[in-house]
Amino acid sequence: MIVDRINRATRRVPAWPIYIVAVAIAGFQFYQGLTGALGPEPINALEREYGELALKLLIAGLVITPLRTFTGVNLIKYRRAIGLSAFFFATAHLAVWAFLDVRAWSRVIEEIIKRPYVTIGMAAFVLLIPLAVTSNKASIRAMGANWRKLHKLTYPAVLLGGIHYVWLVKGWPAEPFIYLAVIIALLAVRFKPFRFQRARA
Amino acid sequence: AAGVGLVGSSAYAQDALTPNSKSDIESYNNFYEFGTGKEDPARNAGKLDTSNWTIAVDGLVDNPGEYSLNDLIGGLTVEERIYRFRCVEAWSMVVPWNGIELADILDRVGVQSSAKYVAFETVVQPENMIGVQRNVIPFPYVEGLRLDEARHPLTIMATGIYGEPMANQNGAPIRLVVPWKYGFKSIKSIVRISLVDEQPPSTWNLINAREYGFYSNVNPNVSHPRWSQATERKIGGGLFAARQDTLMFNGYDEVAGLYEGMDLATFY
Repeated sequence: MIVDRINRATRRVPAWPIYIVAVAIAGFQFYQGLTGALGPEPINALEREYGELALKLLIAGLVITPLRTFTGVNLIKYRRAIGLSAFFFATAHLAVWAFLDVRAWSRVIEEIIKRPYVTIGMAAFVLLIPLAVTSNKASIRAMGANWRKLHKLTYPAVLLGGIHYVWLVKGWPAEPFIYLAVIIALLAVRFKPFRFQRARA
Repeated sequence: AAGVGLVGSSAYAQDALTPNSKSDIESYNNFYEFGTGKEDPARNAGKLDTSNWTIAVDGLVDNPGEYSLNDLIGGLTVEERIYRFRCVEAWSMVVPWNGIELADILDRVGVQSSAKYVAFETVVQPENMIGVQRNVIPFPYVEGLRLDEARHPLTIMATGIYGEPMANQNGAPIRLVVPWKYGFKSIKSIVRISLVDEQPPSTWNLINAREYGFYSNVNPNVSHPRWSQATERKIGGGLFAARQDTLMFNGYDEVAGLYEGMDLATFY
């Protein structure tokens, strides 16, 4: 069975390279920004690259549970690395915005308060902070059942991230709406009524 | 192509401005007919067919008809105009346009006294335009100006950049340039000019009237509902370029008289 083969292979493939790849990608994109490979407006391009990667990784983290329930493929050992990498890119996205784009604390605060799409993005980031802080074995042990409850904050965080993206675009480009649709679908499969129906089928 | 080449430099050419490189100007564009990404127009606009270009001139004019480029602008004075270009998305460039004052073209077609506005329309070539196939916004793209705005000497119809025919992604073979308004007013690849007596529709205003008004004058004091217009980033400054303050009317104060008595927060 292909599922068993994948699950057996995951025993041999560790999760730690995900961190190295994430940092390497971020570094490479920054280098591209410096050398002009991101086009003549690299600040906006880098902001967008980091933001999209944060969203992609958050979505990847949301895929893992339904993937296991629906197909039996178990990638759960990679979830922490995926989640922390998402947080890393969200931090990089925020840093580019604050330090390269806006560049003044007063204006950063003003934008967060006055611009709803910024407010939402910031809220998503704030929700991710406790998750990143508690993503270690000691916290899991110390918090017990509360850890699982706390980490459900991922759901509103990803949803806000998706809305943040849709809210800032002009017109109807496909990409942000595809992200949001995927996020909503991945959250929907977690609802009880849906799970119940599937169990009977 | 007709209309390209320098026949004198105008008093309006602003030598104090440093133009962006040709590659900046040709690689960072909004032209939704060719996709919504900034790099999409450069990638996709090569397919635009600009051969045998004609422009329909209709409405309240003495000489309506289907004009070839040469019929419309041949013999008129082409000038270099180095203008600031400010996008509603809060980025900017400086572009050395080559073009003809729109007023000269209007005189050639003979505007009737009942006309109050000029309406423009962009070409639609679905087979050559990936953005049109995907319907990212309603097409054809349309824009308009009040007649006094259209006749202002700063308002030009550009056919070239840096003394060469402009690239398709910049709006070849002929486009409007209104330097004191947000870039989307400067409609590209024009195939129709209509003189009308009522305010004509404009595409972004149709899509979202709260965010994009008919006038759309550059105004640092009136925010876009979603973002500030107080500052802008000039394209091409690299990763560490700071934003610069946006100027009222994009620095073209001489147009202020056109809006005397109008509340620019209402008529945004």
